Amino acid sequence: MSEFLQQLLNGLSLGAIYALIALGYTMVYGVLRFINFAHSDVFMVGAFIGYYLGKLVPEGTLWGGLLVLSGAMIGCALLGMFIERVVYRPLRHGPTLNVLITAIGVSLLLEYTGQIVFGAAPRTFPQIFPTANYHVGSLTISSNQVFVIGVAILLMIALQLIVFKTKIGTAMRAVSLNPKAAQLVGVNNNVVISFTFGLGSALAAAGGILYAMNYPSIDPLMGVMPGLKAFVAAILGGIGNIPGAALGGLLLGTVETFIGGSQFSTYKDAIAFAILIVILLFKPAGLLGKFTIEKV
Amino acid sequence: MLTVTDLHVSYGSISALRGISFSIPAGAIVTLIGGNGAGKTTTLRTISGLLRAKTGKVEFLGEDITALPAHQIVARGLSHVPEGRMVFSNLTVDENLSMGAYLLSDKALIAKNREYVFSVFPRMKERLKQTAGTLSGGEQQMLAIGRALMGNPKFLMLDEPSLGIAPRLISTIFEKIVEINQSHGITILLVEQNANLALEVSQQAYVLETGSIVMAGESKKLRADPQLKATYLGG
Repeated sequence: MSEFLQQLLNGLSLGAIYALIALGYTMVYGVLRFINFAHSDVFMVGAFIGYYLGKLVPEGTLWGGLLVLSGAMIGCALLGMFIERVVYRPLRHGPTLNVLITAIGVSLLLEYTGQIVFGAAPRTFPQIFPTANYHVGSLTISSNQVFVIGVAILLMIALQLIVFKTKIGTAMRAVSLNPKAAQLVGVNNNVVISFTFGLGSALAAAGGILYAMNYPSIDPLMGVMPGLKAFVAAILGGIGNIPGAALGGLLLGTVETFIGGSQFSTYKDAIAFAILIVILLFKPAGLLGKFTIEKV
Repeated sequence: MLTVTDLHVSYGSISALRGISFSIPAGAIVTLIGGNGAGKTTTLRTISGLLRAKTGKVEFLGEDITALPAHQIVARGLSHVPEGRMVFSNLTVDENLSMGAYLLSDKALIAKNREYVFSVFPRMKERLKQTAGTLSGGEQQMLAIGRALMGNPKFLMLDEPSLGIAPRLISTIFEKIVEINQSHGITILLVEQNANLALEVSQQAYVLETGSIVMAGESKKLRADPQLKATYLGG
């Protein structure tokens, strides 16, 4: 039982990180109907910003950790908005496939620029938050896990409030449902799209920091695997659906951790993806996704 | 209020509007009629900034708006209720109306506009918390017009408000269009395939055929025109 709870906790904290990254994929898909493949590298840049900021503040302090976290989120929000403005916007009215290929290009550009700027060798991520281990019964909970789950939950609640309770959030949903109609009521779609990239990239940065806290070795290619998993999580939850992305991330992280802790650990990715394929066979639009039927 | 001069619009190499000109006086209901593919929707979309003109000019209240993006044109008081209604289907009626007032920040004015929409379409008040996609076609049309009214327009363009709506509701909607024009002094440009109805409620009409205006005049006179009768009014 305690092993089960322990694994569940590990799984949820990994899943929370996938969820944070998946939200960015799904939001951008929602407003632009394309997959921003460079998103996983924004996650990596977030971890590196955290690495350098972490050297400037004393290790193991709460304020220092929060400063690093918010710095990385702001930095990546700007990076995401910059990529959208400079690379994707000029291609907006062309075929989606062109933007998709370009996104792969941006992804590679970030990865290999990262290797030049940061070096290809892995680095150890500093302990930015205070650490402790808590023992609850036979369960060991590390403070990092508490931070990961806590920060992820807070960010997801904040996102939910932004999307459902604010004017710009309603505009995001409106653009996602019908960009033309949104323009006709006076929404500047460029502003909304830019905001969406900023928001998604900030969440990816938070994911990057939390990931680096738990797996404290970072390198310029570190975004590839978590990015792929998060992309799959977004599809699993129903691409374009925000609660779906969160659910997909948590589910994928948990399943992967449980299989990783079993005798089939070598096949953990294969089994996790096989489960996904089965789910998608029965729910092709994802767990919370809907095929929209146009009503005339 | 609105003057369109020698407007040319094309989709790639296919030209959709071949130099149309017309003007709409303040306070009027003017209709643009014509068959499928005549260029009616293209005309409205070009005026509201969703499409770009190749050449020609659109002036609104004396200002050249030809090159402005759509969201800046709405801000000047020119509102377009698009073909197929385009309500935000997953948003509630309430949220749809709020989106209509997206550019307004004066809360009292927004509340006043909302009351006005409810007075024109009481049914919207009953459906406030319902998702727009679950409304009937007629109700969605009411919502689309209501959403446009939320933005305090001076000029309203309606694209095929009778399309896909139960016949019983069509006359209601047209009564409301006249009411909006008369009680609120909003100038209206009405695009319709149902030429009979459109000529009945409007003062002036333009007939569009394959991208050109082929006939123009007072609606009353056009209704009696034998050629128009044969083509658009069903004998």
